[in-house]
Amino acid sequence: MTTRTQHATSACSRILRLVISLTVSGLALYPIPVLGGDITAVSVDAASRVVKLYGAGGIRGLESYQTGILVSSSGHILTVLSTAIDSEAIDCVLDDGRRYTASLVGADLHRELAVLKIEGINLPYFKISADSPRQAIGTRVLALSNLFGVAVGDERVSIQHGVVAAHVPLRARRGSHEAAYRGDVYILDCTTNNPGSPGGCLINWQGDCIGMLGKELRSAENATWLSYAIPTNELALSLEAILSERNDQPPVDERRASNFDIRSLGLELVPDLLNLTPPFVEAIVPDTQAAEAGLRTDDLIVAVGNRTVTSQRGLRHELSYLIPGDPIQLNIIRNGRIVLIDLGVVPSVTEPRGKGEK
Amino acid sequence: MQRIPKRNITKKQVTRIVIVLVISLLTSEGPVAFSAGNNDKLSDVLSAQQERIRVIEAAAKTSVSVFAGSSGGGSGVLISPDGYALTNFHVVQPAGITMRCGLNDGELYEAVLVGLDPTGDLAVIKLLGKDAFPYAPIGDSDTVSVGDTCYTIGNPFLLATNLQPSVSAGIVSGVHRYQFPAGTLLEYADCLQVDAAINPGNSGGGLFNASGELIGINGRASFEKRGRINVGAGYAISANQVQNFLGILKSGHLADHATLGATVATSADGRVVVSDILESSDTWRKGLRIDDEIIELAGRSVRSVNAFKNILGTLPAGWRIPVVFRRAGRPSEIFIELAGVHTPAMLNELMAGRRAPPSQSKPGNKPEPKPNPLAPDPADLPESIRKFYEPRFGYANFYFNRIELERVRDVLQRRKSASEQQETSWQYQGQLEAGGSFEIELGDQSATISLPTGISRWEQAAADAGLSAEAGFDSSPPGSGGMLAALTMWRRLLIQGAHNIEGRITYWGQQPLYSASTNQLADVLELTTSSCRARFFIDEFGNISQVTFFLGASSTSCDLHFDGLGKRGPYWQPTHLTVDYDGDRFATFHFEKGEQTK
Repeated sequence: MTTRTQHATSACSRILRLVISLTVSGLALYPIPVLGGDITAVSVDAASRVVKLYGAGGIRGLESYQTGILVSSSGHILTVLSTAIDSEAIDCVLDDGRRYTASLVGADLHRELAVLKIEGINLPYFKISADSPRQAIGTRVLALSNLFGVAVGDERVSIQHGVVAAHVPLRARRGSHEAAYRGDVYILDCTTNNPGSPGGCLINWQGDCIGMLGKELRSAENATWLSYAIPTNELALSLEAILSERNDQPPVDERRASNFDIRSLGLELVPDLLNLTPPFVEAIVPDTQAAEAGLRTDDLIVAVGNRTVTSQRGLRHELSYLIPGDPIQLNIIRNGRIVLIDLGVVPSVTEPRGKGEK
Repeated sequence: MQRIPKRNITKKQVTRIVIVLVISLLTSEGPVAFSAGNNDKLSDVLSAQQERIRVIEAAAKTSVSVFAGSSGGGSGVLISPDGYALTNFHVVQPAGITMRCGLNDGELYEAVLVGLDPTGDLAVIKLLGKDAFPYAPIGDSDTVSVGDTCYTIGNPFLLATNLQPSVSAGIVSGVHRYQFPAGTLLEYADCLQVDAAINPGNSGGGLFNASGELIGINGRASFEKRGRINVGAGYAISANQVQNFLGILKSGHLADHATLGATVATSADGRVVVSDILESSDTWRKGLRIDDEIIELAGRSVRSVNAFKNILGTLPAGWRIPVVFRRAGRPSEIFIELAGVHTPAMLNELMAGRRAPPSQSKPGNKPEPKPNPLAPDPADLPESIRKFYEPRFGYANFYFNRIELERVRDVLQRRKSASEQQETSWQYQGQLEAGGSFEIELGDQSATISLPTGISRWEQAAADAGLSAEAGFDSSPPGSGGMLAALTMWRRLLIQGAHNIEGRITYWGQQPLYSASTNQLADVLELTTSSCRARFFIDEFGNISQVTFFLGASSTSCDLHFDGLGKRGPYWQPTHLTVDYDGDRFATFHFEKGEQTK
């Protein structure tokens, strides 16, 4: 077992233990009538700082709409980086029905966040502060979002209630693509993993913005859909990076490339001379990961995981998506038969990571 | 996004739900764990919890678990001690005219279908066998705010095999939401969005506020990648929409929703303007045209196309509503009679679920028409149900129209006094608002009015003979659209009551009175004779304060509005009466005080 798996396992059981202990201990998980008035006032106020965003996309799994948080009085909007905002014209609708066209200011590829800008003045906004305190587990929260796109025009975004169930590092995937952000997130006990929710605003019952609802991702460990939020202090780092560096790279394929080189596992391929040189194994270095896994000279690599490769360039491309800790499984052809080779996991020696890094 | 149909559930799902229930049971029974003692806060929390338990206990008693055998089932909620309950059309449709309903007293009751609203996905059923059912008070859903505590109570996944409903707590996530219909059916307009769980089987059950008032009927949820389980976005038909339709549904009707005969769109500068209009519509006749800006509908402001659809979607066909529009900067108000979305024949087909898309019917291979579970032959029904069911075209169950008619007859009867005799003619005199005096004499078979413009007379015999239409007698006095005939009908209903009056009388439902200031709904009786059609608006005291009168098959009406109606000696007299014809004021009559004797 690698440390990563252990970490995630303990996180999962922590969540489970927490949920059970909270429920069984009889803590009033549900809003209490005497406090109900506060929720209304707090959420109505917060909703004026949340916008509905409409852009490109619109096929199943890739929604064309999401949510954003106003973070300056002059119209900066923080949201998640997605295909929806990879669009010439992003429509932005405020709480009072005012409609703007938003443009992309910049993106943080690491946290998969983006800053948009509308031409506004004196807009209500949330101050996103780097020293925003971490919210305790069990904190009652409200999630405001463009949930299922049901709120249109001047209709207020949807509001859901829940509690912070855990505070753990994110390990998530979208399909076969690992999510780039692996920092801490709040895990929520309400379902915020819905179309339109990404970019939504998580507030506590005092009305502070404590996080942003994340993308529609599954857990990398058990494939369950994750309802999570990125804490405000992380948002602040991202916001600062984007605004100061004007790091406005366009959105790219979310499969973030790494510099993993399969040769580091102890194998050589035939010289890559042609445009489509087949990935034949030329040699194996004894006592390496490749040797232990049973790779041999003249094996032809035909797939990485479930992705077919037909050339050395294709092989490098597929391998470049693996990051430390990812399993490396190869299909090879040997004597006319397909053999599965398990090369273990990508060692965690290479990649130094930093925000905004390509 | 889709409606929730009845469904069959797997064992695995049951297990999952049972686990959830066990955990929630522990929640309510468990001790409250607070480490350090702010005793005031603790007692606040404890008393709030006690209150919540009390509210849920009371509400759970009104929750109905609908079981329809192989057709599935759903939920419902009782709204009166005599057993009337609300549920969804889509729960009742497969179940048919009768169903078995469980309450948490552990008893199964037989229930019979009363009224249906396929467009709004509503149905009223009546539980039989008791006259003191627990019932939920209906709240005002327009006062519901985002963030309010709410509870859904019902029969999710048809779990309530022990007849104990499931309860889920949450908050109101959105108000005045609009959920598109499937074709023309199951439109959720102006609905409430909640994060309390609404799952398959919850359909038709009650949505309650923190004080236990019924604020909605659960029936729909947003589902997506995780299949048909709640993901935090469910929708309930608002209690105020229910109230608009309740009179119509309780009286056995197959209700229809309203259309203006006009569509609207958002203009470039964000105004809501008429984009298309049917020239055959009442809306067109009353003067609305393309590009007019709609400001208000039924007293509510229209700020978006969604708001327009929200308001219209909660109104029954046949209601009269004020519409305020602006043209060239000038606002005007008109009263529109709302047309139906469907023809009665279409509704009948929809009720039966027989309107398959045309592409599905194969030529030359015409399928046998399926028997309609909602329109059975009474002879096929069990004895216990048979006497509660009467089929009639345009109705879900005409038996209940008789019941409502009887109720209103009794209300009218209580106002009747022995001195009212049809032999005595009623005589009035007074001043016209426009100037000049008038005299009116109302008899049983004839009426006369004397105006500054001349004397007009109406006679029953002439109306019956159909002679007078050309001669202009029917609509006398000229320009009123039949004021004298309408007054005669009004007098007859007051004197004879609804029992003996000539013509076919039915209970129409409820409508707001013309005076737009009030939201109060009045019972409406509809009388059809060989020469006319009239609707009588009867308030809770038995006053017939409004009459809408149509000559023959005409669609233009003469409307009488009585103010300050009271007994003046042997007969009824208002302080004043306004008469409108086709939306235009004909005259306002101020009656002189004091008795007039023959």
